[in-house]
Amino acid sequence: MPLTLRTCATAAEASAALANERGARYLGGGTLVMRDVNEGDLSFSTLVRTSDRSLNRIETSGQRLLIGAGVTYAALLAERELAFLHPVARSIGGPAVRNMGTVGGNLFAPAPFGDLTTALLALDAIVLTQGGYNPREIAIEEFLAARERNASALVLAVSFARPAGPEAFRYRKVARVKPKGGSVLTIAAHLPTSGGRVTGARIAFGAMGATALRAKSAERALEGRPLDAAAISAAAAVALDGLAPVDDALASAWYRREVAGVHLRRVLSGEA
Amino acid sequence: MKLPLQFRHNGRDVALFVDGGTNLLTALREQLGDMTPKFGCEQGGCGACTVLIDGAAHLSCLTLAAAVEGRAVETLESLKDGPRLHPLQQAFMDRFAAQCGYCTPGMLMAAKALIDRNPTPSRAEVVEAISGNICRCTGYEAIIDAVLDAAQKPRARA
Repeated sequence: MPLTLRTCATAAEASAALANERGARYLGGGTLVMRDVNEGDLSFSTLVRTSDRSLNRIETSGQRLLIGAGVTYAALLAERELAFLHPVARSIGGPAVRNMGTVGGNLFAPAPFGDLTTALLALDAIVLTQGGYNPREIAIEEFLAARERNASALVLAVSFARPAGPEAFRYRKVARVKPKGGSVLTIAAHLPTSGGRVTGARIAFGAMGATALRAKSAERALEGRPLDAAAISAAAAVALDGLAPVDDALASAWYRREVAGVHLRRVLSGEA
Repeated sequence: MKLPLQFRHNGRDVALFVDGGTNLLTALREQLGDMTPKFGCEQGGCGACTVLIDGAAHLSCLTLAAAVEGRAVETLESLKDGPRLHPLQQAFMDRFAAQCGYCTPGMLMAAKALIDRNPTPSRAEVVEAISGNICRCTGYEAIIDAVLDAAQKPRARA
């Protein structure tokens, strides 16, 4: 059955179409949705897209950074103010995927994909959505917990505070194929310090559950302590709390559980 | 409902009608008869369908045909110039960089996207440029050598 395509001039129009039409699905860069189209997925009958340029904006002037949902990984790599996210963007796909895939789409990428979302979770991002005519700001953790439901709203942008310093944001993607490969697991950590002690740590794991998940026990193990060997060991020991990896073609759940603590230890120690 | 679509295909303006969900690869092959981009996985995993859109590498199987309205699409077909081979094609021949040949159109376009922008790439940059393209025959070394060779040569044509 041919799909109906609705190309909307504005994001508001697109979000209304998503809310009002049964079987409507939003098409961003295409790297996720077109896979389903090509497979003959019958769960949607209308593709909604928008040519609204406001979804492509990147704002770096304020204390909070804002990245439009339609910004591609390639555009993110071209923005010097977002240099701390460049290792994340570079770890995704080949050049063609980076020219197509978008920040907004990554929020919906099923495991083992969604590396950027893992980074955004560690940065405590806010997701700006528009459902019908109602704009909403949702904490990314809450957004991911109800991701299927949130797919009926249009994601406009993500925003987050600049990381505390160049050393405060850490990222590691473990893949079996170099330079491009799906994630065995991905770790992003934001480790602000105050007076030599970690305060407000955020540790996020990708490919260790259906969505990116926070390792809250590991975060608590670091809280208020200097980032020394003892604190790192304490965090690594409880890394798996709350994570729920599954078997896939890249690694078994067992293997992922075995190596999660090892890689977290390397991230926290600042090892390459 | 069929949608009208116009874009530039290898330097030539084309107009056609497509279904809402038609991908660019299907439109190129079945409607324009350009068989150079290949159907591989249709999932964005293999790179055999790589084309350039406004000069940047894209996967045509994951690109909605309607999304290239008014844009310039280049496929491997654009490299031909009568009997003369493009320096990239010549280098692939010289280096034996194609065996079964199925990945070759995608490899050539991914390589073209690189050397159009960066005429003197390093080996690491070549590896990165073709990292989204899978080859199951050559082990990649011959392809990387060929791209580096072609980048050395003065371009036969832009």
